[in-house]
Amino acid sequence: MSGHPPSTYEPKTGIERWLDARLPIVRLAVDLMDFPTPKNLNYWWTFGGILAVCLVTQIVTGVILAMHYVPNADMAFNSVEHIMRDVNYGWLVRYIHANGASMFFLAVYIHMARGMYYGSYKAPREVLWLLGCIIYLLMMATAFMGYVLPWGQMSFAGAVVITSLFSAFDQVIPGLGTAITTWLWGGFAVGGATLNRFFSLHYLLPFMIAGVVVLHIWALHVPGNNNPTGVEVKSKQDTLPFHPYYTVKDGFAIVAFFVLFAWFVFFAPEALGHVDNQTPANPLVTPAHIVPEWYFLPFYAILRSIPQKLFGVLAMFGSIGMLFALPWLDTSKVKSMRYRPSARIFFLLFVATTVLLGWCGGKEPDDMVMTMGHTATGDPTGFSVVWFSRILAVYYFAYFLLVLPILGLRETPTQVPANISTPVLGGAAMPAGSAAQAEKKG
Amino acid sequence: MVDTANAESHLKDDPSRRDFIHIAAVTGAVGGVAALAWPLVDQMNPSGDTLALATVEYDFSKVALGQQVSINWRGKPVFIRHRTPAEIAKAVADDHAAMPDPQTDEARVKPGKADWLVLVGVCTHLGCVPGFGGGEYGGWLCPCHGSVYDTSGRIRHGPAPKNLAVPDYAFTGPTKVKIG
Ligand code: HEM
Ligand code: FES
Repeated sequence: MSGHPPSTYEPKTGIERWLDARLPIVRLAVDLMDFPTPKNLNYWWTFGGILAVCLVTQIVTGVILAMHYVPNADMAFNSVEHIMRDVNYGWLVRYIHANGASMFFLAVYIHMARGMYYGSYKAPREVLWLLGCIIYLLMMATAFMGYVLPWGQMSFAGAVVITSLFSAFDQVIPGLGTAITTWLWGGFAVGGATLNRFFSLHYLLPFMIAGVVVLHIWALHVPGNNNPTGVEVKSKQDTLPFHPYYTVKDGFAIVAFFVLFAWFVFFAPEALGHVDNQTPANPLVTPAHIVPEWYFLPFYAILRSIPQKLFGVLAMFGSIGMLFALPWLDTSKVKSMRYRPSARIFFLLFVATTVLLGWCGGKEPDDMVMTMGHTATGDPTGFSVVWFSRILAVYYFAYFLLVLPILGLRETPTQVPANISTPVLGGAAMPAGSAAQAEKKG
Repeated sequence: MVDTANAESHLKDDPSRRDFIHIAAVTGAVGGVAALAWPLVDQMNPSGDTLALATVEYDFSKVALGQQVSINWRGKPVFIRHRTPAEIAKAVADDHAAMPDPQTDEARVKPGKADWLVLVGVCTHLGCVPGFGGGEYGGWLCPCHGSVYDTSGRIRHGPAPKNLAVPDYAFTGPTKVKIG
């Protein structure tokens, strides 16, 4: 089953009929609410709704912050302090916005891991997956530029390091990288011009995200949702209307998620921030220990694991590029890893690897994972964080470039159910190959 | 609409006429769009007043031996370091050691002024400001990804590809230096 079923909307009053003939917007809303949704979706499927609420939260709080914030290198830091101390409820709006970015990333990582585990990126959902990857890229750009706005020491160092990634192009064509960074900065270094344009783009990008979200949902509504079995919907018996079943389930998850969100905002608002950002930006000094926001740490660890500038930068961008190639790297026809016991282990290792890479990204490269001795000068020696990140980075890439392509050809999946009802109701399971005939039998 | 038969006979007459019109129209449109797009792209480059801030002068009479100051030149830190004889000796001794961006210490200072080292304090990896005194060569250590520079500001190990840059500068008086 694919696409929207015939519309069930019947305008009842004259006004509704009049509007429906001119702009069938009520019909659109009713059809969206009626959308046939697999009846077996679990809580991992609620993160899409959670993400939508996160985006709205960021836009509402962001527009409010922009009423009080001043995008000028001499005033930005103080204007954020003014928001925190003087603006009525400014502290609340800013803490929701700052922690909201973290919650947004938490949700998107769970959402992406869900897609990777249940094979939601496979045919016929490749475009849906690619649009998701684009949203993720835009989110990273938005969050990075937002973090620059308070113009503290971490904001400044972050802006310098991230924009300087492009200077690596000097190693491809001399002068190209410098030309790009000068253009990005609007000067010879990160400064007022950079801050002002970042504010403009930080305001713009969330609305572009909203646009891509519309495409994402459109691309979702053509094949319909994947589900925990990875078996496509075969008949009306496999589905439920989105409303009220999933509006209620998503609604419950959103409330639960916002309890966690509120805990951060009210009880640990600075837990995810960095104290160095409480010092105004100073271009003449870089803080001793600079780290990006937690959601960028795995990529930061990959960058640092390679002691060569160009290759470090390429590996970092490549690690995100892997996500885009994913639909064509996985050779298995079985979508859900529920029926791929060995893939499941490799996937769990992959999740552990990214988390550990994140841990490495927060440490100094020369810190020790395991200390085995000391040098003459008293520095510890042993298994260092850089080496640990190198091993982890190798597995990160191997998961995409070796495990998924090869495993799909060699593994033996367990029996895939004939349709999404059988695992619940019992009944004959069928080998993967015969899934195509399920409709006739069922 | 042009009559089809007519158009075809017209084409037979001179097919290159129509091609010419297509090519000319497309070229015109592409050229027009590019000419319009360039100002939209170029506005991001440094503005006139930013470009005008090209030089800065500094009186280093208060920088004692073994001390260093950081001054702001075009938004970037410039280190003016008053090197000790030991630092200079160390740098010269390593002139022919293996390093990623080989250069002699002499080439990085003004003749007869080896005690004054003037450097752009921007790590050639990703732009952080290295701190003096860290790293095993007695020079600078970058806090961001651990690039180590020696007492001549040359990259010795770590991800940075180039030595700390020496800006254009000149001594304009016994205790004055002009950068840029
Ligand atoms: C995708 C949605 C968004 C994300 C992920 C995001 C993320 C961020 C982050 C991480 C910060 C730095 C917080 C801090 O440490 O202080 C920030 C600041 C800011 N954002 Fe956003 N933002 C989003 C949408 C918006 C929108 C739509 C606006 C509207 C103009 C906006 C306006 C601002 C302003 C004015 C600041 C500076 C004040 C401050 O630092 O608290 N943001 N944003
Ligand atoms: S910026 Fe200096 S080592 Fe990366």
